[in-house]
Amino acid sequence: VAYITGDIGYQVRENAKRATFKVAAKQENVSGVLLPAFEAEVRAGAGQFELTGLGRGGQQVQRARTAYVAAVAMLVELASLQTAFVILDEIIKVTNRRVNAIEYVIIPRIENTIAHINSELDEQDREEFYRLKKIQSKKKERAARAQKEIDESARRAIADGNLHQAVGGDTPAARDLLAEQADEDVIF
Amino acid sequence: MAQHAAHKNRTLIAAIGDEDTVTGLLLAGIGDVNAQQQANFLVVEAKTTQEQIEDTFLAFTKRPDVAIVLINQHIAESIRGILDEYDAAFPTVLEIPSKDHPYDPEKDSVLKRVQLLFGD
Repeated sequence: VAYITGDIGYQVRENAKRATFKVAAKQENVSGVLLPAFEAEVRAGAGQFELTGLGRGGQQVQRARTAYVAAVAMLVELASLQTAFVILDEIIKVTNRRVNAIEYVIIPRIENTIAHINSELDEQDREEFYRLKKIQSKKKERAARAQKEIDESARRAIADGNLHQAVGGDTPAARDLLAEQADEDVIF
Repeated sequence: MAQHAAHKNRTLIAAIGDEDTVTGLLLAGIGDVNAQQQANFLVVEAKTTQEQIEDTFLAFTKRPDVAIVLINQHIAESIRGILDEYDAAFPTVLEIPSKDHPYDPEKDSVLKRVQLLFGD
């Protein structure tokens, strides 16, 4: 197909020196993720193609240019969305991996530690309880034995006819009701 | 992400396409030739080899000043392998239709990834 205006493609290609249609990047924070977005920037130097095809079907060329400018603007928007998608995709994968690691490794480990600590505490509690019970019973035993001795010595004293000693004037173990009972610890 | 610090400098839109597509995009004003005589566009003709297309695509994606790479879908088809492997956030790769090849969402690499994400 031959066009009246000739091959302006070549002309356009040779004249493209500096880009007048550029994009500016800006960051947006979306729920903790820093996403980039592109903004189309059209510089004032867009006059580089205004004379293209002048005198040879230039109006259609200009129409084509307008259409392409609009198309590129839309493409820039699409590119922003696509970049956002790619970045979010990556972050979702990373986050999923972290969630799996926490769910299947960290939490079971901590739960095991909790169970272990609880069982240790229970065991210590039982040991303590047993110890206290033992002490209680030993104390009772000792008190019963001491009481037996005192009764024995009192009986002997009465048999010997020494009433004063029986009542406990000289015995080192004081038959003082208050002093005896003050010793007991309150044990649950 | 070290990329985010650098992406403020990304301002250019690169293009790989057939003659008409690239001409139109250049008319819009995206064409740029830098000091090293590197253009940010490639016109793919019948005699352009697959290797040239691949090399240009990789070069565009490695350039620090390119923000978006536009590529005709039928050309994207020929380098589908490299496109599917490409998953960097910058520059964004957009597949666009051409005059003779309408856009087919089934073939788009990015949309395939969307399906993967929604599939699971």
